[in-house]
Amino acid sequence: MPDLPKHPTYKLIGKNYTTPDLVAKVTGKAKYAEDYRAEGMLFAKLLLSPMPHARVRKIDASAALAMPGVKAILTGDDMPKPADSLTDLGQRIPANPLGERGLTNEPVYQGEPILAVCAVDEYTCAEAIEKIYIDFERLPHVVDPLVSLRPGGPNARVEGNVWVRQPTPQGQQAPPPLVKELKWTEADFAEYEKGRLPMGKLRPDGVTVAPQSDEWSFGDVESGLKKADLVLDETFTTPNTSHQTLETRTAMAYWQNGKVYVHCSTQSTQPTAPAIARWLGLLDEKGFPDVSKVVIISEYTGGGFGSKITSAISAIIPAMLSRKTGAPVMMRVSREEEHFIGRARPSIQGRLKVGFTKEGKITAVDMFVILDNGPYDPQGDANNSGRMLSLMYQPESMRWRGVTVLTNTPPRLSQSQPGGFQGIALMEPILAKASRKLGIDQVALHRMNAPEGKAQIGPPAANGKRAYVTSAYIKEALDRGQEMFEWDKRKAQPKRSGTKARGIGVATSCFVGGSVGFDGLFIIKPDGRITIQSGIGNLGTESVHDSHRVVAEVLDVPWEKCEVVWGNTSKNLPNSSPSGGSQTTHAMTRAAWAASQDAKKKLQEIAAKEFGGNPDDYEVAHERVARKGGGRGMTLGQAAQRAIEMGGLYDGHEVPQGISAFTATSAKALAGQGLLAVAKDTAPRDGATHSYVAGFAEVEVDLETGKYRIVDYMAVADVGTIIHPRSLGGQILGRSTLGIGHAIGQKWVYDQHYGIALAKRFHHNKPPTILDLPVKMTWEALDIPDPETPVGARGIGEPPVGAGCCAILNALSDALGDEVFRRAPVNLDTILASLEAGRPMEEGLTAHI
Amino acid sequence: MAIVRDIMPAFELFQPANIGDAIGLLDRYGSDAWVLAGGLDSFDWLKDRIKKPKVVVDLSQIKELTGVREANGGIEIGAMTTLTEVVRHPVVKEKFSILSTGAEVAASPQIRNQGTIGGNVSQDARCWYYRGGWKCYRAGGNVCFADTPTAVNREHAILGADRCVAVNPSDTAPALIALEAQMVIRNSKGERVVNAEDYFIGPEIDITRMNVLGPGDLLTTIRIPSTWAGAQFYFEKVRDRQVWDFPLLNVASAMVVSGGNIERIRIAVNAAAARPLRLTAVEDAVRGKPNNPATGEMAGKIAVEGAVPLRFNGYKVPLMRNLVKRAIGGVAEATWA
Repeated sequence: MPDLPKHPTYKLIGKNYTTPDLVAKVTGKAKYAEDYRAEGMLFAKLLLSPMPHARVRKIDASAALAMPGVKAILTGDDMPKPADSLTDLGQRIPANPLGERGLTNEPVYQGEPILAVCAVDEYTCAEAIEKIYIDFERLPHVVDPLVSLRPGGPNARVEGNVWVRQPTPQGQQAPPPLVKELKWTEADFAEYEKGRLPMGKLRPDGVTVAPQSDEWSFGDVESGLKKADLVLDETFTTPNTSHQTLETRTAMAYWQNGKVYVHCSTQSTQPTAPAIARWLGLLDEKGFPDVSKVVIISEYTGGGFGSKITSAISAIIPAMLSRKTGAPVMMRVSREEEHFIGRARPSIQGRLKVGFTKEGKITAVDMFVILDNGPYDPQGDANNSGRMLSLMYQPESMRWRGVTVLTNTPPRLSQSQPGGFQGIALMEPILAKASRKLGIDQVALHRMNAPEGKAQIGPPAANGKRAYVTSAYIKEALDRGQEMFEWDKRKAQPKRSGTKARGIGVATSCFVGGSVGFDGLFIIKPDGRITIQSGIGNLGTESVHDSHRVVAEVLDVPWEKCEVVWGNTSKNLPNSSPSGGSQTTHAMTRAAWAASQDAKKKLQEIAAKEFGGNPDDYEVAHERVARKGGGRGMTLGQAAQRAIEMGGLYDGHEVPQGISAFTATSAKALAGQGLLAVAKDTAPRDGATHSYVAGFAEVEVDLETGKYRIVDYMAVADVGTIIHPRSLGGQILGRSTLGIGHAIGQKWVYDQHYGIALAKRFHHNKPPTILDLPVKMTWEALDIPDPETPVGARGIGEPPVGAGCCAILNALSDALGDEVFRRAPVNLDTILASLEAGRPMEEGLTAHI
Repeated sequence: MAIVRDIMPAFELFQPANIGDAIGLLDRYGSDAWVLAGGLDSFDWLKDRIKKPKVVVDLSQIKELTGVREANGGIEIGAMTTLTEVVRHPVVKEKFSILSTGAEVAASPQIRNQGTIGGNVSQDARCWYYRGGWKCYRAGGNVCFADTPTAVNREHAILGADRCVAVNPSDTAPALIALEAQMVIRNSKGERVVNAEDYFIGPEIDITRMNVLGPGDLLTTIRIPSTWAGAQFYFEKVRDRQVWDFPLLNVASAMVVSGGNIERIRIAVNAAAARPLRLTAVEDAVRGKPNNPATGEMAGKIAVEGAVPLRFNGYKVPLMRNLVKRAIGGVAEATWA
């Protein structure tokens, strides 16, 4: 066992506390977007496309507009052109001309909004919509990626059926992706009926693509497979799953003095302002989003899971209607509308050839995936599925190939562990099978292939070197879980009794766990209290408060003396990480740490100036800055007063170089109130930050009904230093539940002939209920600090998902054997029919069943 | 005309305070009237604007339609009694526990607090084509969308299909059939009493209705005779989720065993066909036989004779076979803790 890093003993970090928003949430006083009212407020409702793909020839809204109470309609013609967007990691993607506009004249999925009607109330909106006549020209449609790839198969878009990423010319920004037509041959589909994924060509002939965008590799896969003692060739399908946030993407907007105020549901507060500006076409002279024209108000958000990283494009519909009508407009989004516009995780169908030595070491992975992308922007899930697999199982050699196919189904977007989940879900059942074939314990097999330390990830970069992570302690997590879950004892139990079978499963999972380079901003006031400006969204994870505990910890101030300002971009917030991709805890504890160092330095300088000597002679502790080892000092309040008197950088009348323009504007607006601490996170980091979870499950299957229950589930997280145990536990178990939902029931259902969604309500899409979870569901975190970040904390939002899903899948195959399921979710019908027939009875490759 | 969902259309709302007034309203408005019990089925139709009745007659104010009363050794349940009240009633629990169980596994606690037993037995089919507003046979059209080569139909019928392949989703219905319940129906002409098994109708009789209630009819009371009080009961519902889910299949049986042999039995399943099915062939075959696994095996096989699975619901055949087997022969429970 190597020497593991330890963090110092903290006063606040790692301790439970009551977050300032809790009481409002549990008493119903918290105001979500839908709870706001403004004088003269109008309502809007959407008209959704009844067809999966069509062209609007003509809209006759005359009867609707003639109705009393109807104020305006908004159509695709009114919408600004597709705009640049930000990735999960805050990188800009240039506008895609085929991207969404919010409303459209060429609906590319059933349920796509075509127009919005604005009226005095929703009832009038609905009556008016029913009076609108639209002349549609039907266009070919397809909801199954493999159907689209067949010879002569339909294309989801007029331009074609696959996304192709173009190469970036030297020194230029990456060009937008292109839609091209790709068809495979009948021969490619030869093994389709046997449930084996066809693997045709990756791109149409004559098309050049960006390096590694549809194929990459490292090591020698061929010889890796050749030298393997066991090679498994498996096809598996992961489900399309809606994000199903409990709060739909309702928004209300109004304009005052040229500024638009948007009350919306968003994961991120500060980063939503530029997104809304971009979607609304509010650009400055350089073409960048003009954030001075946008105010985002979002104090509470009822879940996002990646579907509302910077709110949603639908939020601009009430803003556009407000501009048109001169009145505030509220657009409440219903559950059915949310099903269509609320985003979803794309399904991946994958075929993997994996080689193992007889000792269990993975020699090679040859991975081929087809991504069901939906009709809009290409998602990164296909590539990410390979990257995360390469990190999690550390194969000696690997080839990844992927095709991103367009379908006429609702738009996809990153969902907790995007791509990583699918990669893990394709690989884990193979590990479970190998464990049985090789006679190696599941935990041991995972452990021997797990990453350690600065483990490598993904393909080699242009310089031939592979990237690596900051740290990985998943082996320790497996050890901890094996012991706490009493794995060996459970393993020794009989597998069959009466009409029941039991099985145990383990799975490991990983994802990106943090970004860098954002700003921290707070004021120490003359009364000794600290006001912390938070641009983080309040999306339910509590990172909006938890991250700032670092300020109180570093300055040794009681948390009760700190106030967090959040939820409104007019309140002078700093440039903050989007809350997506589990960035926040890592990025914003770093930003808080950076600003705290700035405060400390300023306090020491003020003390040195006051009492003589060097700043280094002073320390900050017990709400004071005082000479080290005892001696003269002053309270933080007194120092704050001195900062105001000194002005300049001390109280924010000047701001340092390096912080973002958004932060600089906020800092200046706060000048003169006390000691102003502001800094950009520039702490060094060697490696890419990732987090890890090991999941352990036991299931019991009723062999006469196929119904199974999860007896027990435990997740052990390697997420660095624990900041706030209670919210960490909530995230680990909550996201595990999201993953368990993928194993036990969540899905989409389509009638392929009509291209129409059959499952579009909760009781059809079947997210897990609390009664579907085990009574005993526990979590544990290693609390080993990441060595590449000041506080040692990493994000947790993603990796529990894959672990949750796959621990269940592996427990099921432990109970039932390998000839039962070929896709997730695994429902009782699959189990019962397969047990009855003695072979997998489910259609493995048909989409949306 | 464009379609919009999730906004209830306007209608005239009546909230009569007694049965007489309700009957009067139903008589006056005939097929223009919609009877509203707990609203769990109705509000879906109304909010989706698929059904747009002129008049809604809300029964929630009629006290005489609620409550469980003991009568002649049996019980009478007002049609507007909530499922929660049925679940909690001590006499139901003591004498007719398959009904408590059936009611308890319906939907979710919130829905059972609002949903009524009358509504539960009278609810419409949940076929997702039909409920999605597709103009199918059941909706007055001339096609079944759930029985085409591309249809997804894992929740649909394996028995008794006639053009329409929807199933009846009630969890209390098979329990009531097993208990030999009677349904008391009133209209302006008077009262009639229908056996539970005859209350439900399949597509061969009327493809647009799930039960015998016509315009003007009101289900007022469900009577359960003493016949099966304290019998050996079995109820099992199989569903995807542990709560808030319709049955993929359920079974209810009442059995009187004497000297190890089945003396009397009634058994019914639901979600296998457009109406809950009383399995008389099974009853006849097992009467007089020992209630053991072998009899159960035989009963299960008889139960699924003639079953015709669709593309995605073949699993319902072994599922029904096994549920019937268990109802009669018992379940071999696991011996681990």
